[in-house]
Amino acid sequence: MNFLPPDLAPAYPEIFLLVMVCVVLLADLAAGEKRRYIAYLLAQVALLGCALITFVTSAPGVTYTFSGMFVDDAMADILKLLTYVTVSMVLVYSRGYIAVRGMFSGEYFSLTLFATLGMMVMISASHFLTLYLGLELLSLSLYAMVALRRDSVDATEAAIKYFILGALASGFLLYGMSMVYGATGALHIAQVTAVIQSGAADYTVLVVGLVFIVAGISFKLSAAPFHMWAPDVYQGAPTAVVLFIGSAPKLAAFGFVMRLLVEGMGAMAADWQGMLIILAVMSMIIGNLAAIAQTNIKRMLAYSTISHMGFMLLGIISGDENGYSSSMFYMVVYVLMTLGTFGMIMLLSREGFEAEKLSDFKGLNRRNPWYAFITLLLMFSLAGVPPVVGFYAKLSVLQAVLNAGYIWLAVVAVLFSLVGAFYYLRIVKLMYFDEPETDAPILPAGDVKLLISANGLAVLAFGLFPQALMALCAYAIQQSI
Amino acid sequence: MGFQDIIFYFFATVLVASALGVITARNPVHAALLLVLAFFTCAGLWLLLEAEFLAITLVLVYVGAVMVLFLFVVMMLDINLEHLRKGFWRWFPFGALLALVMAAEMAIVVMGKQFSLDQMPTPPARAADYSNTKELGRLIYTEYVYAFELAAVILLVAIVAAIALTLRHRTGTKFLDPAQQVAVKRADRVRMVSMPSEKKE
Repeated sequence: MNFLPPDLAPAYPEIFLLVMVCVVLLADLAAGEKRRYIAYLLAQVALLGCALITFVTSAPGVTYTFSGMFVDDAMADILKLLTYVTVSMVLVYSRGYIAVRGMFSGEYFSLTLFATLGMMVMISASHFLTLYLGLELLSLSLYAMVALRRDSVDATEAAIKYFILGALASGFLLYGMSMVYGATGALHIAQVTAVIQSGAADYTVLVVGLVFIVAGISFKLSAAPFHMWAPDVYQGAPTAVVLFIGSAPKLAAFGFVMRLLVEGMGAMAADWQGMLIILAVMSMIIGNLAAIAQTNIKRMLAYSTISHMGFMLLGIISGDENGYSSSMFYMVVYVLMTLGTFGMIMLLSREGFEAEKLSDFKGLNRRNPWYAFITLLLMFSLAGVPPVVGFYAKLSVLQAVLNAGYIWLAVVAVLFSLVGAFYYLRIVKLMYFDEPETDAPILPAGDVKLLISANGLAVLAFGLFPQALMALCAYAIQQSI
Repeated sequence: MGFQDIIFYFFATVLVASALGVITARNPVHAALLLVLAFFTCAGLWLLLEAEFLAITLVLVYVGAVMVLFLFVVMMLDINLEHLRKGFWRWFPFGALLALVMAAEMAIVVMGKQFSLDQMPTPPARAADYSNTKELGRLIYTEYVYAFELAAVILLVAIVAAIALTLRHRTGTKFLDPAQQVAVKRADRVRMVSMPSEKKE
C-alpha cells in the first residue's frame, strides 16, 4: 500500500484562500467593532493574492492532483480569475450598502470568501464528490448571507425559501449522481466518461440519473421550470447579497455544467440536449413574459436572470466547442452586466431607503446624467442592442445554435429577446422622459464612482472590441476539452 | 433460509416499521424515539455488511449525541400540534397520489434487471483479520483527503453561520465583571464625610 503525498501546487490558490479566511475570522475578532474595515481589506488582499497565485501557476495542459479529484486546466484558471475579479467588485459595491444596514461585520466577509472557495472547488472539480462538496460549500454560505439581516422579515423568508429549495435541489443532484454511480461504478469524471463510452453501463439507469442531475443543475441555474425561488430570493434578500448571488456563482455554475454534463456525460449529449432545449425555451418564455409585469426592479431582474440562463443554455445545447465558448462568453458578459445593474441599484439606495421600485429610476437623467448614461449602457446590453456587448453575447450564442441546425430554437430566442427588450427599455424611458420623484443627492464613495463608471464603459468597450474576450473563452474551452 | 437471512429480514422489518412510525407518530417525542430505534436497527444491518466502524459511529454519534440533543429541543419547544396538523388530511390524498405515481414510475425503471442479484453479485467475504476501520481510515486520509478537508470547511461554515445568525449583542443587560469587582478600592465604595455634630432638637 504505497501512497504518494498529493502534489499541492495546483491547489495553491484554494489553500491560500482557506488560510486567509481563517485570518479574516481571527483578525476581525481581535480588531473589534471600531476597526471592521480590516476584514474588508484582508478579504480584498486575499482575492488579490489568489489572483496572483493563479496567474503565476497557470500552465498550459491539464494537471490532476489529490488522486484525480482536482483538476487544473485553462478553463479552471480563467474562470477562477474572473471569479476573483467579480467577488472583489461585489465587495467594493456592497461596502457602503452593508455599512449603513448593520451588516458590515467580519462574518459577511468570511462567508463571502467561503463561498468563493466553494466556487473554486466547483470550477476545478473532476470527481462527483468534489463537485457536490464545492456546491454545498457555496450554497451554505449563500443561505447564511441571505439571512444575515435578521431583523428583516423579507430576508428571513427569502433565506428559508432559498434553503429549502436549495436543499431539495442538492438532493436531486445527489440522487442523480448515485444513479450514475450505480450504472458506471465510478465517481471520477474521466472514468465515468470511459465507462459510458465503452457501452458497459446500463442506458436506462444512466438516463434516470441524468434527468435528476439536469433537474438539480437547473435549480441552481434558476432555469425554468425550477426557477420559483429566484424572484422571491432576489426581492427579499439584501441587495448586496443579491448582487453576489447573481454574479460570481453563475461562473461557477457554468464550470459545473461543463464538468458534469460535457466532460462527464458527453457521450450522452443527445439525451441532455433534448432536456436542455425544454429548459431553455421555458426559461426564455417565462422569464421574459413575467418580467414585464413586475414593478419591483429586483424581482424584474430575477426574471431577467431566468431568461438569460435560458439563452446561455442555447450554447451548451449546440454541443460543440464553438457553442461552449459562446456560452462561456455569454456568462461572463452576463456577470459583468449584473454587477453594474445591481451596483447602480445600491448606488441609488441610501440609509433607510431601498431603491427597488422601477419608479426609483424616474428622472435619473435630471438627477445625475452620468449615472443615467451608465444605466442606459447596461440596459441596452441586457436587452442586446448593438453596439454594447450584450448584443455580441446573444449573437454568438445564436450563431452556435444555427450551426447546430436548430433554426426554430434561434427564432424563438430572437422573438423572446425582442419581448425582453421592452422592460429594459422601459427603464431607459423612465430615466430620460419622466420627472424625478426625489431630488436626494447621489453620493457614492470615490472608488465606487470609479468602478461603476469603469463597469459601464467596459460593457461598451467589450461591445466595440469583443474579439479579445471571445478569444479568451475559446482558448479556455479548447485547452480543456 | 440461513441465520443471516433471518436476522436481515427481522432487522429490515423493524427498520421499515419504525421509519413509518417516525412520520406517523402524533407525539414528536415518540417520533424522535422511533428514529432512535430506526438508527439502531440500521446499525445492525450495517454490521451484517461488515461495516462495523460505520455501525458503531451511527450508534455513538446519531443515537448518542444527535438524537438526545434533538429530544431536548423537541421537549423544550412548545409545538402546537393541532396547528401543524391542520389541513393534513385535506392534502393527504393528493400528496399520497403523487407519491404513489412517483414511486411506481421509479419502480418501473429501477426494479428491472439493472440492479438485480446477478448484476450485483454478493461480494466475497473478507478474512477474519480484515479491519473495516483501518481500511476507512486509510482511504479517508489518503485518497479522499481533499474531500475530507472540504467537509471540514463546510462544518466551519456551519459554525460561522450559526453564530452569525444567532449571536445578539443586547444593550442594557446587567452583568458582573469579576475583574472590576476584584479591582475595586475602598474609595469607590465609601465616602468619608466629616460634619460637625448637631445638637438634638
